[in-house]
Amino acid sequence: MRPELVEALGRIVGQRWVRHRPAELATYAADGLPTHESVPGTVVLPGSKAEVAAVLRLLSLLKLPFVARGAGTGLSGGALAARDAVLVTLTRMNRILALDPRRRRAVVEPGVINARLSEAAARHGLYYVPDPSSQSACTIGGNVAENAGGPHCLKYGVTTNHVTALEVLGPDGSSMRLGSAQGEPWGPDLVGLFVGSEGMFGVAVEITVRLEPIPRMILTVFADFMALRAASEAVSAIIASGVVPAALEMMDRSCVQAVEASIYATGARTDAAAVLLLELDGSPEAVAADGAVVEALLRRHGARELRSAESAAERARLWQGRKKAFGALGRIAPDLAVQDAVVPRSALPEILDRIAVIRDRLSLKISNVFHAGDGNLHPCISFDRRDADQARRVGQASREIMEACLAVGGSVTGEHGVGSDKMEYMPLAFSAPALDLMCEVRRAFDPETRANPGKMFPTHTCREWRMGGAR
Amino acid sequence: MTDAVFQRLAHLLGPGGVERDSRGLPRAVPESDDALALVCQAAQDEGWRFRLEGNGSWLPPDTPADLALSTRGLSRLVSVSPADLVATVQAGMTMEALRDALEQHQLWLALDPPGRPDRTIGSVVATGTSGPLRHGFGPVRDHVLGLTVATGDGRLVEAGGRVVKNVAGYDLTKLHVGGFGGFGVITELNLRLRARPAADVTLVASGGRHALSAAARQLVEAQIGAVSLELLTPAWAALPEWALAVRLSGTEGGVAAEADRVATETELDWERLPPERAAAFWSLVARAPLGAEVAIRLGALLDGIDDTIDLVVETLGESMLSAGVGSGMLRWAGEAEADALRELRRRAAPREIPMTLERAPWDLRRAVGHFGAYREGVGQLVGRLRGTFDPKGVIAVALEGSE
Repeated sequence: MRPELVEALGRIVGQRWVRHRPAELATYAADGLPTHESVPGTVVLPGSKAEVAAVLRLLSLLKLPFVARGAGTGLSGGALAARDAVLVTLTRMNRILALDPRRRRAVVEPGVINARLSEAAARHGLYYVPDPSSQSACTIGGNVAENAGGPHCLKYGVTTNHVTALEVLGPDGSSMRLGSAQGEPWGPDLVGLFVGSEGMFGVAVEITVRLEPIPRMILTVFADFMALRAASEAVSAIIASGVVPAALEMMDRSCVQAVEASIYATGARTDAAAVLLLELDGSPEAVAADGAVVEALLRRHGARELRSAESAAERARLWQGRKKAFGALGRIAPDLAVQDAVVPRSALPEILDRIAVIRDRLSLKISNVFHAGDGNLHPCISFDRRDADQARRVGQASREIMEACLAVGGSVTGEHGVGSDKMEYMPLAFSAPALDLMCEVRRAFDPETRANPGKMFPTHTCREWRMGGAR
Repeated sequence: MTDAVFQRLAHLLGPGGVERDSRGLPRAVPESDDALALVCQAAQDEGWRFRLEGNGSWLPPDTPADLALSTRGLSRLVSVSPADLVATVQAGMTMEALRDALEQHQLWLALDPPGRPDRTIGSVVATGTSGPLRHGFGPVRDHVLGLTVATGDGRLVEAGGRVVKNVAGYDLTKLHVGGFGGFGVITELNLRLRARPAADVTLVASGGRHALSAAARQLVEAQIGAVSLELLTPAWAALPEWALAVRLSGTEGGVAAEADRVATETELDWERLPPERAAAFWSLVARAPLGAEVAIRLGALLDGIDDTIDLVVETLGESMLSAGVGSGMLRWAGEAEADALRELRRRAAPREIPMTLERAPWDLRRAVGHFGAYREGVGQLVGRLRGTFDPKGVIAVALEGSE
């Protein structure tokens, strides 16, 4: 990268917040997914909204592409930048600008870590609901870019349901305020459009989010099953009963075994085919009433062991086993490819059977941990990337799993985003006119397509790429 | 001109696919989304502008245009997946037909928009009009998993999907929900459903506005698991005094427990409506704004509801007002001049309260716009987005107003 650029960026943010030496750049080459790596040309770490704007204006003048990045935990290859691009890392912008308990709103900078916001809100009896498994590291800005989810999104919705307003800097550095603190759109729903746009529309520099009261009562229930299908059917029965659990998670045997062999062990018996982790929240009376309904359904569908967390500590331990499942799986092989697919809930048993067939045929180790209540699967493939043939089979398995999910009416990503990893599946999920229209919408925000270029759309489908950018 | 339009439409859709509206304007009533897209293409080719309608029960049919395009002919329930709680419906299906069809599967769409029961689902989604159930189930956008639109230049394009969690591609669905048709004509919708609750109870208290609104806030603080928490003026509730209505739904035990808490957390005299009266009450709440020419909605924060009610009453008069105390959505219906609406918008803006004109005669819509003037930088963006979806501007809609 040109030394003039490094110097010019340094004049804006201070030289120590510009990274350009190879050793410094290596940190930014991945986002948790071992199958995708890209070393950026330059990394800049602005400390304020004004600095971001100045950086974007400079890059606009120089017509250079850029990629906004939070903590780099996205698992989609979305926050990677190529050599010719500047990576704008927002982790220094980690201030909670306002926290208003009466209005139940917070205004945060994009680099605020998800779990920090809930911690800050806790003393007011409030919390920020979306809770990705990476919440102790991931940033709210990254959550906005990917429309991140988490276990508790079953009842309360994903990031888009909790972001009410945004200040966005366009790729030319100009500012726009979208939405309102209450959440009613101000004109067309541009907040809804921006959330999940994977950093391709601009940079969110101020984010207004809802905070919700911490439920008065939380009942965390653990159940294990000797058949995967029985567990899936229990999930469907609970949803059909009209009870809306706050969370309804499932792990298969291979995943449970990995967790129980790690420091995150929950005491689950490792011979079970599947375990369910379910949570009800609300008033103690309502939770007790719904709990009785759920317990009867779990038993009817063959739950072997059924227990509920007796204390906050036990609840935390059960959840740690679930949320650190990726970490636990990471111990059993050098690399872990975490997939993110969605199927209609009723197709869960079928798709799990299909994944088992793919696993056996390609001789891979696949563990499943998923948000069963909303049909969001995370098949995790353990492998060693130094084994080229194994790496190839991982790619093939991923594709086959995605195709199977789409065939039953699902989606190729439920919460991680398309990024680099799922671009090639987009033409399987959307028609050519729909992809073209998305590219056109992007150009309404970013006519020069400099914001996070080369993501989401495979080069051969998008007219913008087909026609060499001239249209 | 209208004869030429009529004949061209008859040629495109067959003689059964075109009629004349109450003002003699040709009205295209395509029976498939492909046919609807053809009408859009023809409009683009011929330089026509069309006004969009469903069943003609919400916006008055007074938008100046060369033709009307109705989604009424797209009235099929395409599919229901009870186990997945998802339905695919054509945009012209009426809310009551949809309700009846879903009831057979013990399912419901948790949306209770204002308007007549024969209002189309497409109209509800395009105008983003939710009702009191917004408190428990969110605004319209939370019920729409995906949709198909015909763009102004006649492309049929899908957005979103059929699963509850989905981040593949940009979330274009959001632009169409509440976009008043400005970004295309919705032809088909994938909707998120709920299992019909075992218990559904409505409690109503009446009295002075401030006592009721304080009680409502108390219920929010106490985290009552209500699905509606609506404060209504006497005119809206057709009662001698203001009313506070609480709707609870869920399991028998859960609802009974919450109903007890509503009584103990407040000092109001609650009446529990028998099921038929509860249904009649909510139906009245939905129909009430049809008695007025103008309906607007505003979004206010929990601590600003009272001030916002004051502001609306000061500017437009008390008339009919319905406020979701927990959700923060206020709807006002009555008679109003353009100046008063502009004044309200002007005074609401510094309080960070957007005002959307939901329903009004064309003169008011044109003058005030559904959304009014945009904030800095946003207007150009919306213009570019409109140009993307409707390059020749064939869809006649006043998003911004002429002020």
